[in-house]
Amino acid sequence: MDRIAFDIAHLLAGGLVLVSFMMIYQDRLYALLNVFALHAVLLSLSVSWQAYTQHAPHLYVTAAIALIFKAIVIPGVLHRIIRQMGIHREVEKVVGVGVTMLAGMGLVAMSIVLMLGLTEAADAFAREDLAFALSVVLLGLLMMVTRRNAVSQVVGFMSLENGLILAATGAKGMPLVVEISVAFSVLIAFIVIGVFLFRIRERFDTVDDVALEDYRGEVE
Amino acid sequence: MIGLFANPAHVILVIPAVFAVLLAVLPGYRLTARLNVLASLLTLIAALSLFVVPRAAPGAFLLVDDLNIVFVVLNTFVGFTAAAFSASYISHEIETGKLTPAYVRFYHGMYQLMMFGMNLALLSNNIGLMWVAIEVATLTTVLMVGIYRTHAALEAAWKYFILGSVGIALALFGTILVYLAAQPVLGEGEAAMIWSNLIVRAAEFDPKILNLAFVFLLLGYGTKVGLAPLHAWLPDAHAEGPTPISAVLSGLLLNVALYAVLRFKMLIATHPEALAPGPLMVAMGLLSVIFAAFMLYRRRDIKRLFAYSSIEHMGIIVFAFGMGGPLANFAGLLHMVMHSLTKSAIFYSVGHVAQIKGTQKIEGIRGLTQSHPVLGWGLALGVLAIAGMPPFGVFMSEFLIVTSTFAREPLLALLLVFGLLVAFGALLMRLAGFIFGEPTGKVGPAEASFVPLYAHLALVLAAGIYLPGPVVAWFQSVAALLG
Repeated sequence: MDRIAFDIAHLLAGGLVLVSFMMIYQDRLYALLNVFALHAVLLSLSVSWQAYTQHAPHLYVTAAIALIFKAIVIPGVLHRIIRQMGIHREVEKVVGVGVTMLAGMGLVAMSIVLMLGLTEAADAFAREDLAFALSVVLLGLLMMVTRRNAVSQVVGFMSLENGLILAATGAKGMPLVVEISVAFSVLIAFIVIGVFLFRIRERFDTVDDVALEDYRGEVE
Repeated sequence: MIGLFANPAHVILVIPAVFAVLLAVLPGYRLTARLNVLASLLTLIAALSLFVVPRAAPGAFLLVDDLNIVFVVLNTFVGFTAAAFSASYISHEIETGKLTPAYVRFYHGMYQLMMFGMNLALLSNNIGLMWVAIEVATLTTVLMVGIYRTHAALEAAWKYFILGSVGIALALFGTILVYLAAQPVLGEGEAAMIWSNLIVRAAEFDPKILNLAFVFLLLGYGTKVGLAPLHAWLPDAHAEGPTPISAVLSGLLLNVALYAVLRFKMLIATHPEALAPGPLMVAMGLLSVIFAAFMLYRRRDIKRLFAYSSIEHMGIIVFAFGMGGPLANFAGLLHMVMHSLTKSAIFYSVGHVAQIKGTQKIEGIRGLTQSHPVLGWGLALGVLAIAGMPPFGVFMSEFLIVTSTFAREPLLALLLVFGLLVAFGALLMRLAGFIFGEPTGKVGPAEASFVPLYAHLALVLAAGIYLPGPVVAWFQSVAALLG
């Protein structure tokens, strides 16, 4: 891979990590959805670039799914759900933004150390792409555990999934990437429908155990 | 078409897929419940025919070998008995109005889709396909756990979904890493994701990438096995969903995830320089056993109690496979089969008990042997078996695990025995409450089918007294395969 292609791929993958950080400090659900749409657009660009440099036209399908489904349809539907169901428009956090950001930086550092520690057997691009991808995955995880609203957990999961697609497209010639991205889209569609149908209106206080003891049949 | 049905592996997948669609559209819950049983029976017959029909060579997607036959037959057998139990369970739920006919239609469609996902995961030769199949199985169970739409059920389904997705995401990352390790050796494309290719050349892969991949896979699929500290979804999902699904979760889905871990363990074990997968599995297994054993004491919900017992037993099984060697692997395999049979039998009886009493609270369930002797003694036998009392099969497999460990690592064996004894005490303490004393609550007649319950118990008892030679030989060959 020539120098400039390599740099562009890095730029896009690094952009994804940056946008993941941006998602961590959003206070409003609408803003969060907009940032997520940006995340999906970046993913789509990154995947298209891989499709172009690897001469793998099937990856354009994955890029198109990312663009149409994740950047447009899902944020749009979630916008409507929030409006129609009168969900709290604020992101309820379990841990403060500062602590979460610090933890996020730690996770990024960890994934870089882990991935760059791999031997030279894997080619340099795959290795560094994986470092970015793992960062995005871990930041998505972090977002899922530090949020209480169902909608922001779903957004966290989708950004995590973007990281996985990034990793899969970076592994040269990996089969089933398109199938996996379709499978993920189905999964997400299920969840969004679930949020809507089951009226998961507010939040799940999985952190606040005391309030839940009653539901769990664990109280005397 | 004929070529398609010549291979039982295809039939095992086609039947549940076709019936999933059929059951989702057909009206009438009595008919669909029967068709559900029929579909599961046909799948079981197809699975049994794997023993006699000559095996096809491993293809790009499907693989049949000694290891997965055991899993597939167990899966389809428990799937069949759970369907039979589900038929009587569901009709009660309809009568009491907890479920509407439309939801039952959805439930039956999902049941077959779940069986399809699990069978596909067990039969797939492509590690990417296996991942997709486990995702399908997880998704369908998430939907079924939330089917009662109570606050608690939705909460459980949501928690299960979130933790399950995290697990599945980590597992996918591990799968990508395995591809990355295989790609320089096997070339780009499909070839580097086919398990039967990977296992032959695994010794040439880059050990560092393999190590990292295994850690992700163990954490990812381990979440689905319910290993501590990644088990948080398991008790909720078991307690809040319909009881047939609790039986299937404990008896089958945990095994499917375990199967995935074992496949990757075999892969990494062939590499001389990669990290030894054993100690990691032993540590997680032991932690799960001891943690779950103590958690058993504070349960007040009967399904939650047995959910923790499942965590304990999955811990024992993972411990045994982590120790490795012919004897421990043999015992682990046997324990897995025994646990599936016993635990699903327990859930069959618990399902009826909870329906009769109208509660899952332990304090509301007393004196079962007086009010409902057949059901009460069935539950008692099941709990005695799962606690590890002789002459049941669970005792034999636990005994084998403990003795083989004593010979190699006495300290670990002591810890394991400690965990087993703690759990034993908790279960017997609860059992005394369930079956003795004055009956409390409603004592209405049980409209139950006891055949699945006692069939499982009979099998577990028979295995504890006498294991037929061919079964032993088969398990030994699988144990050797596992290394």
